[in-house]
Amino acid sequence: MIGNVAANFAALDKTFSFRFLWELPAGYDINQTLISYTNQNSHLRAAVVGLLNTGLVAIVGIFLATVLGFSVGIMRLSNNWLVSRIAYVYVEFTRNTPVLLLILLWHGIIINTLPHPRQALSLGGSVFISNRGFYVPAPVIEPAFWWVAFVFCIATIIAAALYRRGRRLQLSTGIRKPYLLYGLGLTIAATILAFYVAGTPVTLDRPTLRGFNYRGGMTLIPEFVALTWALAFYTSGFIAENVRSGINAVDRGQRDAACALGLTENRTMKLVILPQAMRVIVPPLTSSYLDLMKNSSLAIAIGYMDLVATLGGITLTQTGREMETMLLVMAIYLAISLSISWGMNIYNRRQRLVER
Amino acid sequence: MTGNPPPRTYPPGDHPDLPPPPATSGIVGWLRSNLFSSPFNSVLTLVAIWLIYLFVTGVGGWMVFDSVVSADSRAACQAIDSGACWAVVTTRLDQFVYGFYPPAERWRPNLAFALLLIALVPILFSAVPIRRPLLWFAAAYPFIAAWLIYGGFGLPVVGTGQYGGFMLTLIIGVTGISASLPLGILLALGRQSKLLALRVISTAFIEFSRGVPLITLLFVASTMLNYFLPPGTSFDLLVRVLIMVSLFAAAYLAEAVRGGLQAIPRGQVEAAEALGLSRWTTTRRIILPQALKIAIPGIVNVFVGLYKDTTLVVIIGLLDPLGIARAVLADAKWNGLATETYLFVALFFFLSCFAISRYSLWLERRLATDHQRTSTP
Repeated sequence: MIGNVAANFAALDKTFSFRFLWELPAGYDINQTLISYTNQNSHLRAAVVGLLNTGLVAIVGIFLATVLGFSVGIMRLSNNWLVSRIAYVYVEFTRNTPVLLLILLWHGIIINTLPHPRQALSLGGSVFISNRGFYVPAPVIEPAFWWVAFVFCIATIIAAALYRRGRRLQLSTGIRKPYLLYGLGLTIAATILAFYVAGTPVTLDRPTLRGFNYRGGMTLIPEFVALTWALAFYTSGFIAENVRSGINAVDRGQRDAACALGLTENRTMKLVILPQAMRVIVPPLTSSYLDLMKNSSLAIAIGYMDLVATLGGITLTQTGREMETMLLVMAIYLAISLSISWGMNIYNRRQRLVER
Repeated sequence: MTGNPPPRTYPPGDHPDLPPPPATSGIVGWLRSNLFSSPFNSVLTLVAIWLIYLFVTGVGGWMVFDSVVSADSRAACQAIDSGACWAVVTTRLDQFVYGFYPPAERWRPNLAFALLLIALVPILFSAVPIRRPLLWFAAAYPFIAAWLIYGGFGLPVVGTGQYGGFMLTLIIGVTGISASLPLGILLALGRQSKLLALRVISTAFIEFSRGVPLITLLFVASTMLNYFLPPGTSFDLLVRVLIMVSLFAAAYLAEAVRGGLQAIPRGQVEAAEALGLSRWTTTRRIILPQALKIAIPGIVNVFVGLYKDTTLVVIIGLLDPLGIARAVLADAKWNGLATETYLFVALFFFLSCFAISRYSLWLERRLATDHQRTSTP
């Protein structure tokens, strides 16, 4: 096969080299950049911008999908018939529709049904929703903020020590004292105090309408919103089913035994059911996360510039180096996937039931 | 007890059966235990009803009551009513189903689809009267269908570039599913093999395919597969896509099957060895039937995933339903009707995927030969 490649390359007068990455200017613009970038930067920098965009979608999407998925999964187990039915319909709809279709559908909804910026929907006067993007306030951080962060860290360490002390007290004497609550209170109070003493070093830059568009604040481009939300929507159905089957997998006797010991409903859930359910939930949960990360490559369909759209898309067509760019793209995805599943295997080994 | 009528007495064993208290049975009882069992539950129920009401009046009104089914353009739609403009779908329905397949030849995909239904019957249901001949027909079906749709041997040839719409989805989906199942089983067995080379190759292939997004593999198929082939050979784009999709699904399938293989107790193999069965017979008669039964939910998940992933071919330029949708939306007459168009395509996928997953549930129940532990609710 390698011989074939060499022969084909020779016939087309092509060479195999990654030098184009830093020698040629990319020459194209990217609609969302997390680090500074102009079209005069190299292809390598464009690829890094794309990779960061992929990462941003993956992280925000995973967070949203987890929150949604756990909520729907718990709703599915509700003893309220109507609530569990609603969750069921949600799960079946998300799981049985192609993710690419959902991405295009949500993108279409945002572009076609939301109003223009001039008539943007306003949430509390600081968030504006329009078909050109979502405008949200951006935090402006002043140097004094780092003092607040420092105070927060110290308070957290003290809180952790308090918590550990509470655990030790409970283990040795059985007396439960709300040390965790003390610690949390201390952290919050100290941080707020420091925040005002330092002179409120974080202010919000609110978006305001100037002419045809908004200035100031942060703009979430519609492609980002559509992609992230569609991925979260799609994945949350799978996560909900995981959560449901994980909780159902815990033997009924465990709940009965906890009840017989006099544990309250909440404690049964927290101390008995969830720790055992998590053992079942976590492995498929990670593969859902991995799927979300890989599905983010469909960004190219709506023009969100992720890794595939930059390195595997425009860079590929501009330089004509299919082999090099696609190899790189695949290698990057492979590296991320393999490292996450490697971490997963370690976690599994540590969580495995120790049987005698 | 004063004031109540004196209790009638019955001799032991003669008391008539009384109906259960009205509040615990019938509709009232059901409502009480399922919707209003506690104050919190009652609030939840009311909130849910309110949300459903909002959904039905808002989205339902837009989708059904205020919608327009036939019109010439978006402007004509808006002139008739304010809701969804389904005319974008109804006027182009032919394209959504067949793509650009020549109208005069459309009986061929129609016939192929009807034959597909016949071929599926013996595979999906075991209690069919003449199952054996039907199974032979199912085995021959891919060739018959390929001949019908592509042509040759007396039928005019229709190039693959003209395929599109739901027809293309079915072509890729059915081919992918039927090619990936045997491949996936072989890969799973290869991963468990005692031969080091076989094990390493299978594992590497599975991990690689599962680690990269399908879209990158499709890019490879569309732009650079030719580099890997001997100079001068070239394939049709659709064939390349079919190969890639099948290989990709096979890797996921192999993992599902591996789960089943690992769940077979070691004693089964030892018992087969003690009976003097050869390794091949053991695999075929003892291990695989049990492993595949356990793996059904996983296998069906992979199939549903593959079927949904057929939509990705739009990105490399094939005209599957999403490709048709994009082409339709690019038409100035129908500009801006993305929601309606994509919802229509979503309905098609939802119905077929839902049917597949229901079938798998039914199959699981039918194949459940072990003693079901009845779980108390």
